[in-house]
Amino acid sequence: MIISIASGKGGTGKTTVATNLALSINQKLQLFDCDVEEPNCYLFLNPIIEKKEPVIAPVPKIDLEKCTFCKKCMDICRYGAIAVLKKDVLIFENLCHSCGGCFEICPENAVIEKERSLGEVEHGSTRGISFIHGRLDIGQVMVPPIIKKVRSYTDPDIVTIIDAPPGTSCPVIAAMKKADFVLLVTEPTPFGLHDLKLAVETVRILGIPHGLVINRAGLGNDAVKIYAQKENITILMEIPFDRKIAQIYSKGEMVVDQMPEYKSKFQGLFEKIKQFVEVERQNL
Amino acid sequence: MRELVILSGKGGTGKTSITAAFASLAENMILCDADVDAADLHLILEPDFKESLDFIGGNEAIINPEKCTQCGRCIEVCRFDAVSFNDVRDTFEVDPIECEGCGVCVDLCTEQAIDFPKTICGQWYISNTRFGPMVHARLGIAQENSGKLVSLVRQEARKIAKKNNLDLILTDGPPGIGCPVIASIGQATAILIIAEPTVSGIHDMERVGQLSKHFNIPAMVCINKYDLNLDQTEKIETLAKKDHIAVVGKISFDKIFTEAMIQAKTIFEYNKASQTSVEVRQVWDNILSLPKFNKPVTNNIMQHL
Repeated sequence: MIISIASGKGGTGKTTVATNLALSINQKLQLFDCDVEEPNCYLFLNPIIEKKEPVIAPVPKIDLEKCTFCKKCMDICRYGAIAVLKKDVLIFENLCHSCGGCFEICPENAVIEKERSLGEVEHGSTRGISFIHGRLDIGQVMVPPIIKKVRSYTDPDIVTIIDAPPGTSCPVIAAMKKADFVLLVTEPTPFGLHDLKLAVETVRILGIPHGLVINRAGLGNDAVKIYAQKENITILMEIPFDRKIAQIYSKGEMVVDQMPEYKSKFQGLFEKIKQFVEVERQNL
Repeated sequence: MRELVILSGKGGTGKTSITAAFASLAENMILCDADVDAADLHLILEPDFKESLDFIGGNEAIINPEKCTQCGRCIEVCRFDAVSFNDVRDTFEVDPIECEGCGVCVDLCTEQAIDFPKTICGQWYISNTRFGPMVHARLGIAQENSGKLVSLVRQEARKIAKKNNLDLILTDGPPGIGCPVIASIGQATAILIIAEPTVSGIHDMERVGQLSKHFNIPAMVCINKYDLNLDQTEKIETLAKKDHIAVVGKISFDKIFTEAMIQAKTIFEYNKASQTSVEVRQVWDNILSLPKFNKPVTNNIMQHL
């Protein structure tokens, strides 16, 4: 079972929910931190990293001995990454999307694909959890391939918890797609509500069952609850606005360690998600 | 003309609330919301929309089943696994969510059976607010090309600023360090990083700091919620000093931001005498007095993302 934890707005508590949920479930599981621009789960879980691997993507390199400067590679490239001059070809690696068009179209086989690094994936373990996260290299823009690489290690026989990035565009889709359940985390403020609506639109486009965690409950107003009720979205858990929780988080500590009463609450959350997914499966 | 881009790496550190507060203080300014994925600035500024325009972000491949001979070449050449065979309908199909719009399948299809229409990936707006003009946008759900839309809103903000002799662009940036963030900082005068004193806040601030160095844009740091954890606040100050990043101030952990947001007000409109408002005003004064913030920007933004 794959549970993806998402929010629309950043800083609503995705990582808090993902890590505390992972520590509360008494069964075999893997935790994937797919917020590869800013991966944070490891700061709270301190996994021992056992393996590192680069995430690479091809970029073209031109063999000028074979090149006839016909410009077909420049014409097929929709990202402006290739400029063919009279006696030279310029490649702008940062603009390349690794679509392979230049490589396919070249009639002289003068395009060689070389590797560039987009980021890395690290594998480790902590407190009985199998942990994997990705990290985008500074200055790189291609995020989905790193998320896809992390997710390629999904073990279908155990529970997979995914900490997704904020937003609603391609990186979030890569972290949500094919999940059995999306757990949306929001805060009860106008910003939280506005971005929750976008996140709900996103999960609905993907057709994934979803439920809501309201973090910092008591801050702000009731508008999120009213919206959830109107849209028939189940509120699965509320975490109160509590300076103590914020302080625990600020130190990189786990809520379930410092306030053990939360362990059963997160277990309850997991049981509800499981039931939800089972009901959905039966309905299919 | 100068442009200040407000970033944080980590989401939820207070970028938008602080941008709105600065709008209350700044003069002769235009606002630009570069968080096109989940824009929130308009919730406080309640802009009066003057123009609403389509954002043509790219193209989308669509296979015409009447011309398709099912040779499978498109599946072979697509590096994004966007093409598949639909058993039920007996057709080849492109998944619009996976399609990158690279057009390789379109160009290499021997039957010219793949159409490649332009797609509307979102909307962008020119508006008026009580503090000045504002350029903002909304990227469609599950769309690509957020970087391109960010470049577009910034370029338009520059045009308007130039036309109306405005000398400051205040840009609310997106979270993260990827494509939209890179598009939001090219050619900016300076980046203001809103950091929170938490282990993750510090980690993410450092990554934004590295990014600003990579692209050679001067950065400064404002610590929000500083009294949540004074040890971590000190850590931020030490790290900033080491990296020659100016700390322009500290702001208290205060519910006033949420209370003001609920009333669609900036904290100055809500309570300008509060301790937190005094702190934010100090941050703004410090930014204005920094030498690196007094270099004007050039006119050209990287259009290529």
